[in-house]
Amino acid sequence: MSALQTISSLIYLVSAVCYVLGVHMMRSPKTARHGNGLSAVGMFLAVITIIVTIIIEGKIDAIGWIVLLLGLALGILYGVVKARKVPMTDVPQLVSLFNAVGGGAAAVIGIFDYLLKGDGASLSIAFSLPVLLDVIIGGITFSGSLIATGKLSGHVSGKPITVPGARILNIIVVIAILASAWFMIGYPTNIWYVILALAMSLVFGLLMTLPIGGADMPVVVSLLNAFTGLAVAFAGFVINNQVLIIAGALVGAAGTILTLQMADAMNRSVANILAGGFGTGDSDTSSAADAVPVDVKETSADDIGLQLAYAQNVMIVPGYGLAAAQAQHEVAELAKVLTDKGINVNYAIHPVAGRMPGHMNVLLADVNVPYEQMKQLDDANPMFESTDVSLVIGANDVTNPLARESGNEISGMPILDVDKSKSVVVIKRSMSTGYAGVQNPLFSMDNTQMFFSDAKKGLQDIVASTKQYLE
Amino acid sequence: MSEELFTNLAIFVLSLLVGFEVMSKIPATLQTPMMSGANAIHGVVVVGAFVIAAEANSWVFYCLAFFGAFFAAVNVAGGYTVTDRMLGMFDRKPAAKKEDDQK
Repeated sequence: MSALQTISSLIYLVSAVCYVLGVHMMRSPKTARHGNGLSAVGMFLAVITIIVTIIIEGKIDAIGWIVLLLGLALGILYGVVKARKVPMTDVPQLVSLFNAVGGGAAAVIGIFDYLLKGDGASLSIAFSLPVLLDVIIGGITFSGSLIATGKLSGHVSGKPITVPGARILNIIVVIAILASAWFMIGYPTNIWYVILALAMSLVFGLLMTLPIGGADMPVVVSLLNAFTGLAVAFAGFVINNQVLIIAGALVGAAGTILTLQMADAMNRSVANILAGGFGTGDSDTSSAADAVPVDVKETSADDIGLQLAYAQNVMIVPGYGLAAAQAQHEVAELAKVLTDKGINVNYAIHPVAGRMPGHMNVLLADVNVPYEQMKQLDDANPMFESTDVSLVIGANDVTNPLARESGNEISGMPILDVDKSKSVVVIKRSMSTGYAGVQNPLFSMDNTQMFFSDAKKGLQDIVASTKQYLE
Repeated sequence: MSEELFTNLAIFVLSLLVGFEVMSKIPATLQTPMMSGANAIHGVVVVGAFVIAAEANSWVFYCLAFFGAFFAAVNVAGGYTVTDRMLGMFDRKPAAKKEDDQK
């Protein structure tokens, strides 16, 4: 090992330690930001080290510098502008976009090193296997993540999309991937083998994500995050660089755990989400179609304003509908109007409220809701007994009392005990069922009133009427 | 199996285990920022973009190096920026509270 290699390896080790400690610090809200900062320091060290290394080695030519710096400059510009401008509601699709480019970069590295061996070169399995895994996983992540981004942002329909004969197509694509693997590992290099592997992985990424519904997308994004980590780790094998292997494996493991936790909170298994996607995807519509209109009481913005103005304890239960309608400003305004008059307002936040776990907290923090008012499931549930009005905004399954009974889709799912409060007001666009496709008996209970409206518009009307009664 | 591959494989497996250990029991509140933070870390692939750019010697390789650098830079720069923005929102809570109290 030369002196340069020794020093650079040591610095890479320090940077790997920064990632591990950084992730560890992100487990607590108090240290999370410093954790991310520490991880960024590790990244900075790694980048400085590689810059110094390629300068000292002096292999890079002028055009190499130009394409490298141009690519980096454009990438940094694009990435930073996107990250600065994105509204907090759109974070999931941005993460997905970054997964796509990360996986894409890893695939590019694999293809580069394969082609660099020259046409007809014979390869050791120690080289060709990591290249293959890198290109395939990177390719799947690239196209799959782009579709996930499109579905979350509405550029691609959020409904499950199935092509006729999808099952057969899937089998053909998998066979083609295996064939390309066979050629890449067992035969001398040929540009067409790697092109076949890349093309088929891209198609597989599309086929994998298109049939999955928009509501399941966050779990898919998290899974693809883990995939990207693995692709990066295999790119590390290809160029024999340990910091890529360590960081990639770390993200691969972290992404896997997050995916499992998310699926768990949604009361589904990852296999179910993915395999369900490979099926026809229309099993939900049948249960929604034979839904009987249940007996519900409708109310008006004016009446809700009156109830809120005379309440002492108000609990706001935000759900996916609030995030979708981007009504977090209105909700914060309503809470402010009430707290200014001495009414206690808290938010009961279910782990899967919003688009993905923890997303609702970010959205509410964005509009300056105090951290102490955000109650997690276990803290919120004992508070419902003393709550005068529970305001359920665009949430459905997470309040469904059926979860306490056995024998239905949501049995056993942790729910918010909204039904225990004195009065419940549900703001919802229609009587349609939630994500699980189950009727919610909460809506027809004696102490429940329904207000059919878009979350944003409805809340604006409620703020206006509440102000009127409080003055 | 070459010594190099074995060393790398050992590092890979142990890093996976560290990842599983460090990540278990994340509070739901922090799962979104955590996902984004992990997302930024795989931006380390940018190191690989430098490595391939140094070896490029024909237009095919220059093109690949360009895309590698561009993709990786978007990932690393964007990933850290958006994670920091998100966590900054949790951070500024005490300050915002004080302002309210003073009113």
